[in-house]
Amino acid sequence: MTVKQAQAGTLESGDIFIQIFPAETQGIDICLDSTVAYQFGEQIKHVICETAAQFGLRDARIEAIDKGALDCTIRARTAAAIERATGQSHFEG
Amino acid sequence: MMFVPGNNPGMMADAHIYQPDSIMLDLEDSVTLAEKDAARWLVFNALQSVDYGDTEMVVRINPLNTPFGRKDIDAVVRAGVHVVRMPKTETADEVREVEAEIERVERQLGCVGRTQIMAAIESALGVVNAYDIATASKRMMGIALGAEDYCANLKTQRTPGGDELRLARETIVVAARAAGIDALDTVFSNLNDMEAFRAEVEYIKTLGFDGKSIINPRQIEVVNEVFAPKEKDIAKARTILAAIKEAEARGSGVVSVNGKMVDRPVVLRAQRTIDLAIASGIIDPAEV
Repeated sequence: MTVKQAQAGTLESGDIFIQIFPAETQGIDICLDSTVAYQFGEQIKHVICETAAQFGLRDARIEAIDKGALDCTIRARTAAAIERATGQSHFEG
Repeated sequence: MMFVPGNNPGMMADAHIYQPDSIMLDLEDSVTLAEKDAARWLVFNALQSVDYGDTEMVVRINPLNTPFGRKDIDAVVRAGVHVVRMPKTETADEVREVEAEIERVERQLGCVGRTQIMAAIESALGVVNAYDIATASKRMMGIALGAEDYCANLKTQRTPGGDELRLARETIVVAARAAGIDALDTVFSNLNDMEAFRAEVEYIKTLGFDGKSIINPRQIEVVNEVFAPKEKDIAKARTILAAIKEAEARGSGVVSVNGKMVDRPVVLRAQRTIDLAIASGIIDPAEV
């Protein structure tokens, strides 16, 4: 799977800004900046990793700036960024 | 029906707190071309994860003649949306095209018939074809007026009195009634003029509309106040329904209440008043 740099989301409250870069090392490397990192950092990283796995994305660097996003928003923004990074479309049409 | 931009996760998560009857997540006009894909993912995930309770969930898709419409349908039907709202509908064929797409996805999911369709009428041709649109599919549950595009198409502009919308509004209500589906009025954009908003809601209720599209939670209370039946109307409806029930028990279909004949149309209006009172939370269904 070829990965190019891509991004999705915003820095508004309740959202998360996801950037994806080609991998420098093997695996998913996540760098998270969140005001709630102490309480929810691991959960946010887990949702990002889970979404990457669903798309078959194995190697990439993902930078995330969280502004209090719900899990469904984290999934949506990660999915959109992965689609843009890989050029693969999930929905038919 | 409260409009919520499909690219704003904060508003999508909070919309149901204000308890509108229905929420319309928008993938069309409120989303820029560059963000169509991301908004689709937000709506797809919100529909599956946010607890909207009993709120009717509607998604306004992009037209099928754009690169986005079919993907929108694929996403929202998979996510279990209640109603797909078509924008700028002009012909019955467009409804049937959307229906075919919905059915394609539903067949894959094994849930054929689950998703309903609402069509927004936003042009002169759409108004002329309103009844054909309203009856184009058994999935049709409502038609709505989209005034801004309609006025642009008509080569006019919106005025406080709404004369430019009169024919469209009346045509849409009549078409919806003839088809046995709901009629929904257009949005009122000036949030700073709540008096004019109330006057417009009262006007469209008089025309026969079932509800009003809104763009801000502040407008919900006014719509509910105008559409909720008044105490004296509920009391009168209860008397009429009790009288007709008693008459039917005696084998008669007609009865007199307070010196006025009560026949089928009067009974239907009374029943609608009670239905609205229940929907508005004024009376308990168990009381009826």
